[in-house]
Amino acid sequence: MVLFNTTLPYLLSGISVGGQYALIAIGYTMVYGILRLINFAHADVFMVSALCMVYAVTTFQIPLYIAIPLVVALTVLLGFAIERVAYRPLRSAPRMSVMVSAIAVSYTLQNLALYITGGLNKNYPSIPWLSDSITVLEATTKRVTVVTPFLTIALVVILVMFIQRTKIGTAMRAVAKDFETSRLMGIKVDSVISMTFIIGSFLAGIGSMLFFTNYPGVIPTAGAMPGMKAFVAAVFGGIGSIPGAVLGGFVIGICESLIKGLDTILVNTGLLQSPLELATFSDAFTFVLLILILVFKPTGLLGEKIADKV
Amino acid sequence: MLRIEDLRVNYGGIEAVKGITIEVPEKEIVTLIGANGAGKSTTLRAVAGLVRPAAGHIYFLDEEITALPSHSIVAKGITMVPEGRRVFPDLTVLENLKMGAYLRKDNLKDDIQWVYDLFPRLRERSWQLAGTLSGGEQQMLAVGRALMSRPKLMMMDEPSLGLAPIIVRGIFEIIKEINRQGVTILLIEQNANIALHTADTAYVLETGRLTMKGVGKELLNDEAVKKAYLG
Repeated sequence: MVLFNTTLPYLLSGISVGGQYALIAIGYTMVYGILRLINFAHADVFMVSALCMVYAVTTFQIPLYIAIPLVVALTVLLGFAIERVAYRPLRSAPRMSVMVSAIAVSYTLQNLALYITGGLNKNYPSIPWLSDSITVLEATTKRVTVVTPFLTIALVVILVMFIQRTKIGTAMRAVAKDFETSRLMGIKVDSVISMTFIIGSFLAGIGSMLFFTNYPGVIPTAGAMPGMKAFVAAVFGGIGSIPGAVLGGFVIGICESLIKGLDTILVNTGLLQSPLELATFSDAFTFVLLILILVFKPTGLLGEKIADKV
Repeated sequence: MLRIEDLRVNYGGIEAVKGITIEVPEKEIVTLIGANGAGKSTTLRAVAGLVRPAAGHIYFLDEEITALPSHSIVAKGITMVPEGRRVFPDLTVLENLKMGAYLRKDNLKDDIQWVYDLFPRLRERSWQLAGTLSGGEQQMLAVGRALMSRPKLMMMDEPSLGLAPIIVRGIFEIIKEINRQGVTILLIEQNANIALHTADTAYVLETGRLTMKGVGKELLNDEAVKKAYLG
């Protein structure tokens, strides 16, 4: 019982942050699936989305019920614009050029954010219902912790249905395999690619609201760490696979949170006399996991083997 | 129906097509034969809007379509069965067919039935992933998928490639049947024998230039063609 009571808060927070990683990871994995590009700017889109929220609510005093859809719309617009300006003109260029362009966009956004904020830590506005305190089985937490996994799962189910059942979803799967044949079908490949960025940014916008409600400090590099972990989640699950990205997000979120709490858990249950400062390793864990996956199962848990086209 | 005038296309730094003029009359089967690298595929790809011509004009139903985007060309009634079939392996047979009708907004039921009647094998495999089909079945699917756009002109790039002779004969029977049902066909082939037997008109292409034009069956008896392509 002591074990359960001390573990539960960490588990809850792990599931929650895992859902947030999952929402970002989908953006990485979908863009990779269609363009074979690691969209380095994705993490910064996530950060800019948070800054938009800060300015919308604190500077422009826009009420939340308008600010929330507005910020999501702006995030989508940003993702769309990045593809249009920085990736589409390089469609027939070598993959390396596109990657360099993605890194350039990433740093441009970070520097822009630095310029606008003056490098100050901006406080994310609290969204009333989400940041209320609630009690789950004697563990006190913010409501966002409980909402995140359900919202994540719901969004993923809708997304997977969209990709499996609709015409444009089927076209996305077709384009991911073969640009040229898709063109012969009359599919506008560029529109399908734009659609991918729109979906990815939309989910990053939602993820951003959930994440920064939990961790309200927004700085220009605030996207880097969650973005990096979401990327690892995508690789862990098998890059290109949406269920894989979601699985990876939850695994990384939960493990990381449990490692953070391991000292407390072990001390409270009497297995340890004094803390070992294991929490220090919670970030390192993610990257060790990345290395292990790359060495032992490069295609990830649910990733398919990419067969060469004959 | 389709008129290609003095078409020139650069491909990978070389001039792959060096000014060719081809006429495809309505309801006919026209074939372009020639060795590997003669510029046959490049010609079709230019018509389909996949590569931009360096010079020349392409007219379809007296309307210029040179360098239009592919989706506009499909919308005008031109479809292409690509070389090597290129079915979408992760999509089911039915989904592949639906992708062929991507630009259509009307009901597809009758056309799916029509394709399944032409290729009963596909009906049996409707829910199977296209990647699990045999080569011959994939070729049937590629043709069926192209038909789903209700084309006026169907271009085919090497439909015999990599298929057993008996399957090739079957595919060509279907091509003739599709033609009888009113679809004009522009066919390129390395298998000159079967192409010339099937086609009304044939053009011979050599390193990007037209060297001969004639009635399909007559070219079969032409000494130069015999020597170069029929072995």
